[in-house]
Amino acid sequence: MTSAPETRGSSTPTAVDGPVSSGASSTSALLSLRAVTKSFGPVQALQHVDLDIPAGQVTALIGDNGAGKSTLIKTIAGIYAPTSGDMYWKGEKVSVHSPRDAEALGIATVYQDLALCDNLDIVENMFLGHETTKRGLLDEIQMELKTKQVLGELSVTTIKSTRQLVGSLSGGQRQSIAVARAVMHESQLVIMDEPTAALGVSQTAQVLELIKRLASRNIAVLVISHNLNDVFAVADRVAVMHLGTLVSSGPVADYNTASAVELITTGERATLSHANPA
Amino acid sequence: MSSTESTTDEVPPKAGLAKELVKRLRAGDGGLLPILIGLVALVVVFQLKDNVFLSAGNLTNLFIQATIFILLAMAEMWVLLLGEIDLSVGYSAGLGGAVAVVLLDPQFHWPWFLAMALALVVTTLIGALWGFITIRLGLPSFIVTLAGLLGLEGALIYFLDHQGTGGSVSVQNREFYNLVNANLSPLFTWIFVIASVAVFSFFIFRKDQLRRSSGLDAVSLGVTVLKIVILALASVVVTLIFNTNRGTFTTLRGMPYAILVDFAMLAAGSFVLTRTRPGRYIYAIGGNSEAARRAGINVNRFRLLAFTLTGFTAGVAGLLYASRLGGVSSGIDGGNLVLLAVASAVIGGTSLFGGRGRMVYAVIGGLVIATIYNGMALLNLPAAEQYGATALVLLVAVALDSIARRGSAVGR
Repeated sequence: MTSAPETRGSSTPTAVDGPVSSGASSTSALLSLRAVTKSFGPVQALQHVDLDIPAGQVTALIGDNGAGKSTLIKTIAGIYAPTSGDMYWKGEKVSVHSPRDAEALGIATVYQDLALCDNLDIVENMFLGHETTKRGLLDEIQMELKTKQVLGELSVTTIKSTRQLVGSLSGGQRQSIAVARAVMHESQLVIMDEPTAALGVSQTAQVLELIKRLASRNIAVLVISHNLNDVFAVADRVAVMHLGTLVSSGPVADYNTASAVELITTGERATLSHANPA
Repeated sequence: MSSTESTTDEVPPKAGLAKELVKRLRAGDGGLLPILIGLVALVVVFQLKDNVFLSAGNLTNLFIQATIFILLAMAEMWVLLLGEIDLSVGYSAGLGGAVAVVLLDPQFHWPWFLAMALALVVTTLIGALWGFITIRLGLPSFIVTLAGLLGLEGALIYFLDHQGTGGSVSVQNREFYNLVNANLSPLFTWIFVIASVAVFSFFIFRKDQLRRSSGLDAVSLGVTVLKIVILALASVVVTLIFNTNRGTFTTLRGMPYAILVDFAMLAAGSFVLTRTRPGRYIYAIGGNSEAARRAGINVNRFRLLAFTLTGFTAGVAGLLYASRLGGVSSGIDGGNLVLLAVASAVIGGTSLFGGRGRMVYAVIGGLVIATIYNGMALLNLPAAEQYGATALVLLVAVALDSIARRGSAVGR
């Protein structure tokens, strides 16, 4: 009920307040969380989190270590079941109990370790667990064509052959493959955990470009990042977590580096530093 | 014909092929080439020392000797691909062979195919049991199957001691004996070889053709034809060897049935590994089991499957071994057998850490080991030197592989 009192700067047109928002009211949000709480024994990792993730936009989830970002995405991805609270998918109340449930809805998560098999080639990784078969046998041609098509659509051009082993790819390329895999399975929400953490400058640019392209395909993207430069480069919306609470969320224009840092570290925007409310 | 797909780098196909080969060798991905060169070197050395080595009789004998290593290495391949190991396959094979031989004994007098089927069921269940324990209790397969090795040795001794034939049983059945000791007629050898080459050529051709017509990177038609010609030539040579009379007093010609079994197991194993989902999942689990799990693969189910297939293949090996030796004795050295099987797989290019290996590696590795044993026996070298040479080849194979791999990690 007490929708996070500190939710400042939220100029969302949708009804953010309260769990009363019966489905249809949150029209633009693909996924809405209402008062989601997650406890591990006595530890409250998430406290009454309200968050809207609109389609076609990049939402950046920022916060210090231990703020609850990972718990939040794992809850969305079905790895953790929320202790209480509701999830709405396209306005419908849903319950996600397993990664399979999330996948069935169209939620794909790209974890930091990417979950790729280095000993398999790109095509094999793209289709892992979802192989195309013809008369019960693997249809390599079909899978390779589809892989090429998806990589082409995402303008992933740095890859020479789709039959390269993934182990031979660069960090940015690996990230691209993991994302392309999520997109290929018709995901509508792609969650990315620190996609640029281990990357160099040009590779980072590559991945940020890819994230923008996802959004332009009307896919909702939720990105966890520690790198505020990346956040401001790519995000449409920002959500800040502090000690298990979502302390602030709104369009990226409502934030600047100083206010973001302040929210991350103190959970409050004490000063009137949100100088540029668009 | 190849005008549409010349978007790739091969300007003159031959140069492109050579360059590609060098690149792959550097990346530790030379496939079978290094070990084939090693095998040829061994053959040349043995032939120079004793020109009996390359006689039809000795080569056929070599193939038969290699069969036990090849089949046990194939058995081991299923679990090695997962990064697991099964130390019990030697005694599992022994027990399977013993079960079949006993059931064929006049006192039971089972039909040969039923006796063999039951033997295979026994070894398959044994494999499944190790898999079940390993997975359920989360134990290292090394320890589980080490217990298996000891337990099965005990079981084999117990089983054979209770046959009242002094700790060993001998084959009393013509069909079973013929598994290894009889041959296809020369005509059928030709028919089999030509049919196999035709089938493989068809698949190679169709695969390359499909890739070309789908607009995917593919080798040119010339390379496809070259592959088929090499396959055909090799097959003709092998057939001529088998079909040469190798008997001294009577005529002895044709391909031993055991070689047929090798081929069948190679074809079936390769098929499962490369063309089916379970095969793909075994590689995936061996490469990154967490990734496989997140991709929605029931990891434990396919691990169990691999252990089960190991048991089955070990059973096949045991049947041929019993047939070749004319029986099974409780003195069978299953411990040594399994180590040579692992050595065969590794010499062929299989990784002990999982995710890398092919069925054909088991064949090549098995042939290398058999070549060493066969050649050194011809030269009347004592066991000490045979072991020494095997050790050296194993070390060199693994070291070369590791160096190539390191090169690839740096050169990325």
